[in-house]
Amino acid sequence: MSTGWLIGSAVIAVIVAPLIGGLLRGIDRKLTAHMQGRIGPPIMQPFYDVIKLFGKERCVAGKAQLVFGYAYLTLIVTAVVFFALRQDLLVVLFILFLGCIFLAIGALSVKSPYSQLGGHRELLQFLAYEPILLLAVVPIALKLQSFRIATIFESGQPLLPHLWLSFIALLIVLAIVMRKSPFDISSSEHAHQELVRGLVTEYAGPYLALIEIAHWYEMVLLLSILGLFWVVGSLWWLSIIIALGSWFIILIVDNISARLTWSWMLRFTWVAGISLIGSNILFINLGWM
Amino acid sequence: MGILSTSRMKSPWLLHFDCGSCNGCDIEILAALTPLYDIERFGIVNMGNPKHADVLLVTGPANHRNYRVLRNLYQQMRDPKGVIVVGTCGCTGGVFHNCPNVLGGIDKVIPVDVYVPGCAARPEAIIDAVVLALGKLKAYGK
Repeated sequence: MSTGWLIGSAVIAVIVAPLIGGLLRGIDRKLTAHMQGRIGPPIMQPFYDVIKLFGKERCVAGKAQLVFGYAYLTLIVTAVVFFALRQDLLVVLFILFLGCIFLAIGALSVKSPYSQLGGHRELLQFLAYEPILLLAVVPIALKLQSFRIATIFESGQPLLPHLWLSFIALLIVLAIVMRKSPFDISSSEHAHQELVRGLVTEYAGPYLALIEIAHWYEMVLLLSILGLFWVVGSLWWLSIIIALGSWFIILIVDNISARLTWSWMLRFTWVAGISLIGSNILFINLGWM
Repeated sequence: MGILSTSRMKSPWLLHFDCGSCNGCDIEILAALTPLYDIERFGIVNMGNPKHADVLLVTGPANHRNYRVLRNLYQQMRDPKGVIVVGTCGCTGGVFHNCPNVLGGIDKVIPVDVYVPGCAARPEAIIDAVVLALGKLKAYGK
């Protein structure tokens, strides 16, 4: 893969990722509405919301919060760029984690109790999914002897048949990152009013729009990581189907489950996620997968 | 019509404040969120946060107990914003008119853009009022 082509794909990724993310959010709202027996907003609704927010009066609780909000967006975009450049998967994840931490610090930097509680809960969510996301990379490295995304593209064999246990663990992570029930404890993707949008209570107008766009990037990045599980050969389009399929599973789970407590979330994600990935690593070492 | 005014028209987020109403109008507002009326198809979402909201929906008469809360919520909302009063109590004080603890209509405390009379107001009338308030959001900045 030539360098020029890679840089081109990074530029395209930065431009296209939020468009895909916004479109997915629009389809999400439409599908959710249909599942609830409603008609739902137009598919372009998330774009209308964001453009409207850019036109609102500026208001910020403190300059620190603003800096953290921008840091969140910048780091998520950087993670997307590194992903498109097919760099080390660990580096992509660490940049993503740092971005998410900045979002929580931003919420904690203001005195509003809703924002504080949202920030604390975001850190708990982070504690729940970060180890799983990080550990899920280990079986990939065991299989391919490398953390680089480029190696996955060059390996010539799909990962999913060997790593389907880790894949299931990543679905839990996807539900938390997409802020869906039962894991939407810090701020819900829909207007469910948990903690008055907790994490983003104090972001208003254009700054809320920036956070929303960063969230789209984050969602698309996570879906792309899921797509990596079947990205080789003539069946590369299966990666898109896998990513969209997992996204649809999360939507269904969101609509059939209630929000649960943080302690339940922590127990569930750690026990289920770590045992799934642990057994995956074990089976690879035993040569069964 | 520019893309910004189009977006403003298509995504009004509501903030609902009960200023001491009997809950009759509040139930009608919530009825508008149900599958029968489904206001989300117009992009209308019920928000709990004044900083995110575009339209303030007030029910009940203004009274000495909570008019400061009402004014505070109104001041926390960012421009462009609109205020809709739902129900006879909010319009004029209604049956509570001249009560010692009641100031009267909501317009005694904050500027009101659209009045929805009725005891209780019908969901169709409330949706219609939101559409009227959008006219103000659309004209903002021109």
